[in-house]
Amino acid sequence: MKSVRALIIDDSSVMRKIVERALRQAGLQLSELNEAGNGVEALALLDRTAVDLILCDINMPVMDGLEFVKRLKGVANAKDVPVVMITTEGSESHVVQALSNGARGYIRKPFTPDQVKEHVLPLLEGRGN
Amino acid sequence: MTTIHQERASWACREWLQVLETASREVLQTMVHTEEVPLGAKSSAAAEFTAEFTAMIGLAGQIRGVLTVRCGRETATLIAALMLDLNPEQAAGHAWDALGEVANMIAGNFKNKLHGGSDACMLSIPTVITGGDYMLRSPADTLPLDLWFSFRGQPLSVMLEVQR
Repeated sequence: MKSVRALIIDDSSVMRKIVERALRQAGLQLSELNEAGNGVEALALLDRTAVDLILCDINMPVMDGLEFVKRLKGVANAKDVPVVMITTEGSESHVVQALSNGARGYIRKPFTPDQVKEHVLPLLEGRGN
Repeated sequence: MTTIHQERASWACREWLQVLETASREVLQTMVHTEEVPLGAKSSAAAEFTAEFTAMIGLAGQIRGVLTVRCGRETATLIAALMLDLNPEQAAGHAWDALGEVANMIAGNFKNKLHGGSDACMLSIPTVITGGDYMLRSPADTLPLDLWFSFRGQPLSVMLEVQR
């Protein structure tokens, strides 16, 4: 079982709990679980906390997920952390923008735990436990 | 006598209603873990219904309107309990957030299913009203797409009011 330090960014605490459960169902052991309600909170958290994986919503107040992934490139200790977007926004333009901003995966809500597993596990391949 | 424009609007309305039903059902099945969600009779459900929870999502762009999901307190709590795998007592504090997310996902799923719809409009962040003693009024001329589901025997309303 892979042990990871995860950061889940979503303005809904219900959705953060659902994503957490999906990660556990994917077989990940969450050695640390960090949560943020928007991009600004997440960037502040990443200044003092190291993580291995980020799951991020797009539509959020204060700073949305697209802006967050763009700004993540400027965070020295987190710029290479894989980010998977989990969002209701399904348009091609959002997908293209998210991936060009640096996201490594894109999951549309509603989603199943299997979809989270399929997108997340390959990104953690090669990482030690 | 109906005009061609009215007939096209009526056809689009029926098609969009079907898409809204599919989009709603997928969210209830996938995220609320409830397979059987039959449509209920609007007239009887509406007559005995007090919406204590109303979640709203705005749509802006080429498609403009408001999607609302309305239900009673017990139903909103049950939805939260099913989404989070908690018992209803533990889930009560999450009811408004859960219903807001359900509305958000239905709106997103709806627009993603429309041809070109996902690029045609943006969604707002959810707003949830708790308490039933209010009137919702819109100054715009809207076309209401109105669905009544029977969610575990209780009425659940999904309505999309699209600006003409």
